[in-house]
Amino acid sequence: RISNVLLCNVTDRVSFWFVVTDSSKNGTTVPGSEVEAAIRMNRKRINNAFLLSDKTLQFLKITSTLSPPVEPSTPVWLIVFGVVLCLIVAGIVFLVISGIQKHKKKNKESTERENLEEKVEVTLENGIPCEALDLKAGHVNGVFAADDERFTSL
Amino acid sequence: MEKSRPLWDNPLQFIFACISYAVGLGNVWRFPYLCQMYGGGGFLIPYLIMLIAEGMPLLYLELAVGQRMRQGSIGAWKIISPYLCGVGVASVVVSFFLSMYYNVINAWAFWYLFHSFQDPLPWATCPLNSNRTGYEEECEKTSSTQYFWYRQTLNISPSLEASGSVQWEQALCLTLAWLVVYLCILRGTASTGKVVYVTASLPYCVLIIYLIRGLTLHGAVNGLIYMFTPKLEQLLNPKTWISAATQIFFSLGLGFGSLIAFASYNEPSNNCQRHAIIVSLINSTTSIFASIVTFSIYGFKATFNYESCISKVILLLLNAFDLEEGSLTADNLNEMKDYLMATYPQEYSQLVPQIKNCSLEAELDTAVQGTGLAFIVYSEAIKNMEVPQLYSVLYFFMLLMLGIGSMLGNTAAILTPLTDSRVIASRFPKEVISGVVCFVNCIIGLIFTMEAGNYWFDIFNDYAATLSLLLIVLVETIAVCYIYGIKRFEKDLYTMIGRKPNWYWKIMWAFVSPLLIISLFIFYLTDYILTGTLQYQAWDATQGQLVTKDYPGYALAVIGLLVAASTMCIPLGAIVTFIRKRLKREQISTVA
Repeated sequence: RISNVLLCNVTDRVSFWFVVTDSSKNGTTVPGSEVEAAIRMNRKRINNAFLLSDKTLQFLKITSTLSPPVEPSTPVWLIVFGVVLCLIVAGIVFLVISGIQKHKKKNKESTERENLEEKVEVTLENGIPCEALDLKAGHVNGVFAADDERFTSL
Repeated sequence: MEKSRPLWDNPLQFIFACISYAVGLGNVWRFPYLCQMYGGGGFLIPYLIMLIAEGMPLLYLELAVGQRMRQGSIGAWKIISPYLCGVGVASVVVSFFLSMYYNVINAWAFWYLFHSFQDPLPWATCPLNSNRTGYEEECEKTSSTQYFWYRQTLNISPSLEASGSVQWEQALCLTLAWLVVYLCILRGTASTGKVVYVTASLPYCVLIIYLIRGLTLHGAVNGLIYMFTPKLEQLLNPKTWISAATQIFFSLGLGFGSLIAFASYNEPSNNCQRHAIIVSLINSTTSIFASIVTFSIYGFKATFNYESCISKVILLLLNAFDLEEGSLTADNLNEMKDYLMATYPQEYSQLVPQIKNCSLEAELDTAVQGTGLAFIVYSEAIKNMEVPQLYSVLYFFMLLMLGIGSMLGNTAAILTPLTDSRVIASRFPKEVISGVVCFVNCIIGLIFTMEAGNYWFDIFNDYAATLSLLLIVLVETIAVCYIYGIKRFEKDLYTMIGRKPNWYWKIMWAFVSPLLIISLFIFYLTDYILTGTLQYQAWDATQGQLVTKDYPGYALAVIGLLVAASTMCIPLGAIVTFIRKRLKREQISTVA
């Protein structure tokens, strides 16, 4: 049994005008503002019933309130940032510490070797121990000046 | 007893280091733009010619110098001629400027990467305005991806003068980027050698995934056809050849001293000729490969936008004339528009201002380069793909690898001369020197995280390296060919590789490459002089688009300082050495 379907303003489009009647109040129509308010509250249910969305089902004169995006309490990017930062800092600390340990081990080894060598030999040059000679300063013979430009180039 | 120089574990590490350094962001975001602007497939002709005339010879030259002298850039050029120590210093200064601003790109890549772990992606939709009735006004005027870049990433100010404050989010990302670089260079070649395996190969994996995904996207073919149809008349445009030469030159990273630094850690008998050819070929092939991927993405984005535009027009007409759904399709749209115009002229003329003319060519014609391409266009294409989070993570991870690979080369160019000099290296261990360099760069880099930071970034990007590098490489080539002598260089190469360079190399080194560089140099100088005042693109939030503005006086002064700081090192170095020699000679002659 189909009743209460009145056709008016027929167009080519899938669109329809409707009125809501209240059966308890003897068939009087519900005022438009109440219908609008009801639709605004239940927009999602109506959309789902037709398998449509706010973009595909339009109610004239009823603008859809846009739902804000879901925002978690901590921004997601900070979490990822924190994870990556911890990994990188851990890597740096590990490399620095292992470098310091290697350096200490090498220093210990070289001082041990030096102690051994000192006991074995004392190098002599012209009867004078090398330590006595100031090998770094040396003795510069001023006649043979270290000036490249005085000599002919090869 | 002198400490032996650290070496690469095997030649493969050296090749990977060079590839990782040379294949950078420029291959992804500059070459496709040039291809589009200068004749599509036809651009490959000047590109390949310039590769042979300029790219390979200059790359071989730098690698050979580094390998022979076994020192960083300052030491190597001092050996060639004491008057040329200024060239090395200029290289270090340019590398320093580059590392200051380049790592900001890695910071942006980190920012986008961290934001890719959300559903939906934050740049997919506009945020709502304060009373939740619509979208943010600025976002309405422009697109959501541009809004995310200009407002939520950069928080850009309307002009260079309005500096604004440091954005703490960007500062955090920049710090992280420098920590990552420090981790990679901490131990010198030992750590860098392992890292470059990853930074050189990962981008190719991602590019292959993107190639497969890109080619299977709807509308990708449009982009590829558009790109590869050669417009051969562009070959007559001198700008085409200049752009090809410039692209080859800067893409290989010549003149920064990084290649010399990398090559100095080689075994003396390493075959750098073969490696030079391999690296330059791989660099160019990667550019072409990346542009195939970029153009399939372009085609997808353009087709998507075109079809959205058409759907909007169809919806508008359906709503206005209460037509049956499905009566208007993309195919019959034009005929139906004419029919409606004839049948309902009054209502149609009211609608005309709202009906946009959708054109696929106009969408494809929007040529973008640089950060705009990497961060706006790509993210716009990614948000329309399925599982956008996965592609977004992959893409920004690839950008990170490319950027960090280039940073490794830049920092090597600064650190190698520092660790070579006995004055500094004897007092401080390598870790401390690297740490100080990274720290100083990070602090200075905070300038680029301010609200006007992107404008300063553009200044550095456009002017810090361009002219100086041309001059440096020109002096390098002339020094090796004419001051050191090509015969002596040949003999050195023979002792190293066991083979003398043939006539192709000698002609390129002695004549062709210097002439090319001189002509590029003259072109750029005349271009700068002719354009008069320099201008920049500023983001106007009220209009939602870029507007052109003039640089203020102090910005021009900074530009001048940037160029002068590096170019003046060359003559200054020669003058200082000359004065020192005179003083020493006078000292000795008074003694004797």
